[in-house]
Amino acid sequence: MIVLFGVFLLTLMVITALAIVRTQHLFVAVILTGIFSLLMAANFFLLDAADVALTEAAIGAGISTVLFLGALALTGEHERVSSSNRLLALSVVAVTTLIVIYATFDKPHFGDPLAPVHQHVAPWYLERTPEVIDIPNVVTAVLASFRGYDTLGEVFVVFTAGIGVLFLFGARPRRKSGSPGIKVAEPGQGLRHYLIPRVVGRLLIPFILLFGLYVQFHGDYGPGGGFQAGAIVAAAFILYALLEGEAQALRVLPQRLLTGLIAGGALLYGAVGVAGMLLGGNFLDYSVLAADPITGQHIGILLIEAGVGIAVTGVLLSVFHAFAGRRRR
Amino acid sequence: MELLGLYHYWVFAVLLMIGFYAVIAKPNLIKKLIGLSIFQSAVFLLYITMGKVDGGTAPILQAGIESPVFSNPLPQVLILTAIVVGISTTALGLGIVIRIKEEYGSIDEHDIQEVDRR
Repeated sequence: MIVLFGVFLLTLMVITALAIVRTQHLFVAVILTGIFSLLMAANFFLLDAADVALTEAAIGAGISTVLFLGALALTGEHERVSSSNRLLALSVVAVTTLIVIYATFDKPHFGDPLAPVHQHVAPWYLERTPEVIDIPNVVTAVLASFRGYDTLGEVFVVFTAGIGVLFLFGARPRRKSGSPGIKVAEPGQGLRHYLIPRVVGRLLIPFILLFGLYVQFHGDYGPGGGFQAGAIVAAAFILYALLEGEAQALRVLPQRLLTGLIAGGALLYGAVGVAGMLLGGNFLDYSVLAADPITGQHIGILLIEAGVGIAVTGVLLSVFHAFAGRRRR
Repeated sequence: MELLGLYHYWVFAVLLMIGFYAVIAKPNLIKKLIGLSIFQSAVFLLYITMGKVDGGTAPILQAGIESPVFSNPLPQVLILTAIVVGISTTALGLGIVIRIKEEYGSIDEHDIQEVDRR
């Protein structure tokens, strides 16, 4: 039954993807991308990946749609039909699809417990997590502790992307040399004059923030962690900006503070690693942070997840403000 | 069920190529980025599908369940971080597209090439 439901969802995803590519109205394409992400999140959930489903729902269906819409407002919504090499592209794509499908016949069947991917290091993680780290969520244990180096790298990629966007938008548009590069929208904007969205939105924001904190600090025990929580908290502030206008949101969380959050989150993660070295362990070895190694692991995971959450919130909000505050030309 | 054993991988292949088609055949830069994110989602689907074990559950340990079967946590970790990195790089791409629009007045690659030739 669940397999059939999965097949149904996957088929819907293919249909949505085809519609996204075919439509010439970019607004429609972006909204369909949001639906695509939601279907993908449901699918991840069926595939036992609760953490990933939460991330995809918060980021793919939420933040990514907002960023694309922000970009559309600055670039225009219609796509011109002009593709000279359409047949060539179609044939390349068709041939490659067939080759990839041919390759899948060598893959172990869906859900096969004897597949090579389950034989290597994964059983070790599942076995050792209770004694070495002692938190229930193995995904968080692997993410934050066993493979903390990887996650540090990912945080620096997010950090770099955020800084990159800030640099790009620090430059002024060449043709309007008189106006400043980043211009905050007028205070009258937002949904201030619409009563129902405003009342409902203001009621929702505290609960979204609370849920964000829950996801952040409950990530050791259930699905969640810094990446998801960062996206959820950012979503709360984006909702606030949509309701009250760009300027008001920047008064609550000024850009200087957001830039501080980006750097501070990445620094906190790195600092935990260096603290481990100073206390006589290896880089990102949390066992030495407290007298008891398991308590040390808990403290380390709490701190680096906080660093991840802070950095992700800072980056997503900075990008949103960079797009939303850009003057339309 | 035997027949459907590879269905997830076929959907992966089709989604991958739908995204790739948008990247190579559509002249609009935003459409290319949307295609890139479909391509990326297809790869996520491949990883998560490989991690699934029959009769398994999410890898969250609980006391009191006898000999539980867990799905593989490792692909989930890789993809969880990849999703966040994906949105960051997409945001950077959108930023570049907006700057291109400001400098060239268009986000259609034919127009951009036209301006460059002048």
